Amino acid sequence: MTGLRRTARWALFAALTVALVVFVSGCAGGTPQSASDPAADNARKIWDLFMPIFWMSVVVFVIVQGIIIVALIRFRRRPNDPIPHAMHGNTKLEIAWTLAPALILAAIAVPTITTIADLARDPGDEALTVRAIGQQWWWAFEYPESGVVTADELHVPVGRPIRVELESKDIIHSFWVPRLAGKQDVVPGRTNTIHFTADAVGEYSGQCAEFCGAQHANMKFKVIVQTEEEFEAWLEQQLQPAVEPEPGSVEAQGKELFMANCLGCHTIQGTEAQGKVGPDLTHFGSRNMIAGGVVPYSTENLKEWIHNAPSVKPGQPGRPLQMPAFTRLSDEEVDALVAYLESLK
Amino acid sequence: MAQSAFTLERTAPEQTALSRLWGWLTTVDHKRIGKLYFFTSLFFLLVGGLLALLIRTQLAVPNNDFLSPDTYNQVFTMHGVVMIFLVVMPLNSAFFNYFVPLLIGARDVAFPRLNAFSYWVFLFGSLLLSASIILKVAPNAGWFAYANLTNTTFSPGPNLDYYTMGLQILGVSSIAASLNFVVTIINMRAPGMTMMRVPIFAWMTLITSVLLLLALPSFTVGLIELAFDRFFGTVFFEPSAGGDPVLWQHLFWIFGHPEVYILILPAFGYVSEILPTFTRKPLFGYPFMVYSAIAIAILGFGVWAHHMFAVGLGTVPNAVFGTTTMLIAIPTGVKIFNWLGTLWGGSIRITTPLLFAIGFLGMFTIGGISGVMHASVPIDYWQTDSYFVVAHFHYVLFGGALFAIFGAIYYWFPKMFGRMLNDKLGQVQFWITLIGFNLTFFPMHLLGVDGMPRRIYTYSEEMGWNLWNMVETIGAYMLGVGVLVMAYNMFTSLRSGERAPADPWDGRTLEWSIPSPPPVYNFAEVPVVSSRDELWERKLKNQAAPAAVKGGSGDEAEGIHLPPPSIIPLVSALGFAIAGAAMTYKVWVLVGVGLAILLISIIAWSIEPNE
Repeated sequence: MTGLRRTARWALFAALTVALVVFVSGCAGGTPQSASDPAADNARKIWDLFMPIFWMSVVVFVIVQGIIIVALIRFRRRPNDPIPHAMHGNTKLEIAWTLAPALILAAIAVPTITTIADLARDPGDEALTVRAIGQQWWWAFEYPESGVVTADELHVPVGRPIRVELESKDIIHSFWVPRLAGKQDVVPGRTNTIHFTADAVGEYSGQCAEFCGAQHANMKFKVIVQTEEEFEAWLEQQLQPAVEPEPGSVEAQGKELFMANCLGCHTIQGTEAQGKVGPDLTHFGSRNMIAGGVVPYSTENLKEWIHNAPSVKPGQPGRPLQMPAFTRLSDEEVDALVAYLESLK
Repeated sequence: MAQSAFTLERTAPEQTALSRLWGWLTTVDHKRIGKLYFFTSLFFLLVGGLLALLIRTQLAVPNNDFLSPDTYNQVFTMHGVVMIFLVVMPLNSAFFNYFVPLLIGARDVAFPRLNAFSYWVFLFGSLLLSASIILKVAPNAGWFAYANLTNTTFSPGPNLDYYTMGLQILGVSSIAASLNFVVTIINMRAPGMTMMRVPIFAWMTLITSVLLLLALPSFTVGLIELAFDRFFGTVFFEPSAGGDPVLWQHLFWIFGHPEVYILILPAFGYVSEILPTFTRKPLFGYPFMVYSAIAIAILGFGVWAHHMFAVGLGTVPNAVFGTTTMLIAIPTGVKIFNWLGTLWGGSIRITTPLLFAIGFLGMFTIGGISGVMHASVPIDYWQTDSYFVVAHFHYVLFGGALFAIFGAIYYWFPKMFGRMLNDKLGQVQFWITLIGFNLTFFPMHLLGVDGMPRRIYTYSEEMGWNLWNMVETIGAYMLGVGVLVMAYNMFTSLRSGERAPADPWDGRTLEWSIPSPPPVYNFAEVPVVSSRDELWERKLKNQAAPAAVKGGSGDEAEGIHLPPPSIIPLVSALGFAIAGAAMTYKVWVLVGVGLAILLISIIAWSIEPNE
């Protein structure tokens, strides 16, 4: 074996080993938004359709790359090689390699079409309907049957079909929670729908998947799948009017500041704050996300957010973040506001 | 200005720098125009590459603040716009320009002044887009600029006006060039060169040009409607007033999908020229290569909504477009197999062009595989708008189109410049590029599996995306090194590279039958063609190549009429560009001035004597 052939075979072996490691690691799953780790029927149907196609692709890949590498080694020009026979073509081969891919594709097309229909089929009366309203750069969630309005976190019961009606307040966004379902765009002027039935309790992260301007990266949300009992309890709690702070407490001071500064944009049910521009904050204290997940939830981050939201989540020239900076508030005032908000369980 | 071009070119001693510059500004010679496209595109390759490195640097680690969100959005948008419209398309134009006349045995294109006009319009359009980058108001809504994000409410500022005007200008350049090449290939083939004897690259040029003519109007309409919405308050894409943002998507992708075939068909052409040359075998299945390219072009108009599977068009449109998308994989696969058939049983000489052609085969196959996955609609609900599709299109556009272009550069550089590129250095570039490319783009499939959406300026550390993003950034820097190696190779070869003979590769087609570089008139005698691979057949029969003209006193070319140079194409292009640039900022008076210059130039054009 010449030195070159040995090198070529070693290189091939090394490349295939690396590729194998990479492939296998790719299927490890376990990351918060991994489509390879479905936890609902919608995402599972997609992944189950993908796997056979993936393995077929591996076969095609090995055949094609293999022919290339073998040809390069076997037909490498050696000194004094004659001019090879001028093969202009072979009609039988052409027919064969037109028909074979056609058959493979037909085999893929059938389950593809049945899955399209399957995913689109409305789950019927037992489904819980929720509305997901996308706008720059956060998600509002409403429960039409019960009247609950919230933001950032979508609670749903496990094992029950969920019908998500998708609306946009402004431009095109996309609702994507990879472990539960494929994505569906949120288009102003139309209402799209997506369904899934989660099969395991837990928290599933999602984010907007259609470029929507400066903070597209930070338009995240969570789907919190709970048992029926937990979900009913959550609904009950969300329907309560906002917690009233103890008179004279720092939370009460926070509430006063809220009514003086924030009611133009935010709603707190049971108070005079009925603004509809920003998220409903009635039960903010029961949530674990700030502002589309731009920063992890913490009291410090919440203070920073209120103090100067545009520096945390900048817009673009000519179109700043809708929430203004409140640098005129002192640190104590911001602390009081945060205390109030965190008390709104 | 009525003297023929060839006397100017060879009288070196009396030329001043100014008269040499004037020569370039007034040239109508397809070879010079090809070189202009060539170097302009290579400059933008560096720009587009730098934009890519900015993206990868920002994404190397989670929560990075290297670029602000708006800057990042301008950077990724312009990376796409530059690579597609200012690199791959004009590099293809460079080769269309330089080589199609040579491949078909012609002395120039059908409309030499229109050819020059195409280049100048392209240059001015590229300058307008470049200005937006320098002024930090570059388009920032993605290269496909979905409505209604692109209206004046959500995109205040001139960014999207640069988009509409810049791309409209570039579109005119492409339309003019396409008309030229269709007429040239149909009408100006050497005697005996029937369509089925035309080299595949010329076929691909023809089909690409027809595609451009048919696809661009849809984008033109879309851009006009977007400009009207932004300037005059029309509501084509305004849902609140009865318009529909999805209309933009249709208009865009009816162009946008054929556009990707416009990007790749020339690459199919380069590979189809390179493989036979370095295997000493004819292209396997030539007729099937022609038919499959035509099939791809036609089917390419029937798949556009596969970019819109998640929009909610409905199960029937999704199923139909998914099926047509799978159909188009068939002629594409046929081509891959025919290239493999060309390799198999050949006598393969490893050179840089061959390596890049092989690299194309390997990488484009991977891109084709991920494309078939996207064609399965439910799978696309997961993969679209994620890093999986970013992987797919980079495998077909970089691993496919750009690899083939690099191969074409190494293959045809000797003919264009009379110098060989250093092949050892080229092979080093190949390996750096192949490894860097796969390090950069293969992990993107895995990030797509792990749910990373595209077009995000940052990500948080608990998503599990950190490792692959870092690997991709390292790969991207390797790619940068590869491009620098190529730039160095070109620079040193131009100055002191080994002189190239007429036929350095023992080629098969007519461009290798004339000197490197060719005299201005290309062929002293118009060749008479009796087969495909005409030059190869002549060599096999031990016939001399058509008279290889040495030196260039000009007397053996007495009586060859060449189109005279003219400044009018440049002036027309300038008028048009002034109008376009002025429209960006709504300076209507200046728009009028530009249009007046254009009108006067066109009149001058039509009455200019042309001998």
